[in-house]
Amino acid sequence: MLKVTYIQYDGTAHDVFVPEGLSVMRGAVDNAVPGIDADCGGECACATCHVYVELEWLNKTGLPPEGSQEASMLSFAAVSQPNSRLACQIAMTPELDGLVVRLPEDQH
Amino acid sequence: MNAPVHFDPLSDAHAISLDQFDPSDPKLYQDDIYAPYFERLRREDPVHWRENGMYGSFWSITKYKDIMQVETNPQVFSSDYRLGGIIITDREMQYRRPSFISMDPPEHDEQRKVVSPIVAPMNLQKMAGTIRERTGRVLDGLPRGETFDFVPRVAIELTTQMLATLFDFPFEDRHKLTYWSDTVTADVNAGGEVDSEAKRFEILGQALEYFTRLWHERANSEPRPDLISMLAHGEATRDLYKKPQEFLGNLGLLIVGGNDTTRNSMSGGIWALNKHPDEYRKLRENPTLVTSLVPEIIRWQTPILHMRRNAVADFEVGGKQIRAGDKVIMWYISGNRDEEGIERANEFIIDRARPRQHLSFGFGIHRCVGNRLAELQLTILWEEILKRFPMIELMDEPERLYSNQIHGITSLPVRIPA
Repeated sequence: MLKVTYIQYDGTAHDVFVPEGLSVMRGAVDNAVPGIDADCGGECACATCHVYVELEWLNKTGLPPEGSQEASMLSFAAVSQPNSRLACQIAMTPELDGLVVRLPEDQH
Repeated sequence: MNAPVHFDPLSDAHAISLDQFDPSDPKLYQDDIYAPYFERLRREDPVHWRENGMYGSFWSITKYKDIMQVETNPQVFSSDYRLGGIIITDREMQYRRPSFISMDPPEHDEQRKVVSPIVAPMNLQKMAGTIRERTGRVLDGLPRGETFDFVPRVAIELTTQMLATLFDFPFEDRHKLTYWSDTVTADVNAGGEVDSEAKRFEILGQALEYFTRLWHERANSEPRPDLISMLAHGEATRDLYKKPQEFLGNLGLLIVGGNDTTRNSMSGGIWALNKHPDEYRKLRENPTLVTSLVPEIIRWQTPILHMRRNAVADFEVGGKQIRAGDKVIMWYISGNRDEEGIERANEFIIDRARPRQHLSFGFGIHRCVGNRLAELQLTILWEEILKRFPMIELMDEPERLYSNQIHGITSLPVRIPA
């Protein structure tokens, strides 16, 4: 099991253990972490599992490939930042053990 | 005189030859008899070709996962108005009004980004107080112990007020917005005022004139957070007023998007809860269920029946070969009842675990911009209703719109017990 810390907009942190291969979105939804809506269920089609990756993790998660569906979905979110990702597109691997992500004010 | 023959949609849906079935017939929705036909399509022919139907020849995509596949492949399934756009009706080129919903990337992306900040989380928080105050006022003005029509008194009034605010449109003229919205979506065969594309064009000319005036006022003032000002100052949209058809197209999109959908979900909620008294009871006993009630109402109503795409390459969906040039219709109304996509999809359940997993807002790059605003309006409506009235009783069956595009309720007789 790999550790992910989700920090809500108000600062509350939730530590969750996620099996390898599952997405960071699934980790939040399965453990009832508030602030990740995931309306589409992981199809990269709604942008409601938007997270900000803590900067020290960004070289491990990477950024959405240019021209990808993830990049275009994120570009429509008014609150997106350079470290924005869709949590459904980050699959947990051992090198992401300890990952920290922050949640936006709201998903939309 | 012939005695009236009782028409039974369930037997007809099982008996009809599938190549004779036309999902585009607006009567299916006006008479509220579509369900068994789509149930059969999902089971026997989920990706269904209809040759020469009332609205041409087209594929019907009826299952949740197939609709998701089409939604998430905009490179193959284009929304471009030049190829046919997003609505099943084929219009002559001169009557097509482009807008960002009927464009593909990159044009779509640039224009959409101009307007999307209006529904950003911080803006929604700012709007919530105004919406609550207005909703309360409308509800407090309703009669007790007598039957009235919920559609004009509540659903149209609240959505029109909201639209006027989003556009910062002169409040006393707000009913023009409703009129223009209904004009944009009217089916020319519905028997209403809009009986031809030429007539529609003529009425929308008034909208163009009105909005052009507002546009110049806003363009010559400092940027403000209303849709007209945002478009007038947006880099990708500031020249829109020079392209009347595209200007109208975008205004029409924003007006319809903020109007019909929420309006019909407001009415649809009253209808659904009255048809499911156990769920209504559950809600009265636990008003915090409004959070999951609202997305369930939006799923159940499915205010937009379909969206169209235009295949630009050969592509297989659900085992059928779709060819470049084919017209493809995603029937959200069917995908939202697909038991393989949504658990117990044919039941209205106000406390689902994942109620937002539905197709009513679409998915992918064209997903409804205002989806969280729609939810906010409905949430506040139901919170305020529950504070005031234990019941809003349905007094008769609703009247529905003749349309294969908008799942509309035109009249809903209700009573609030004295």
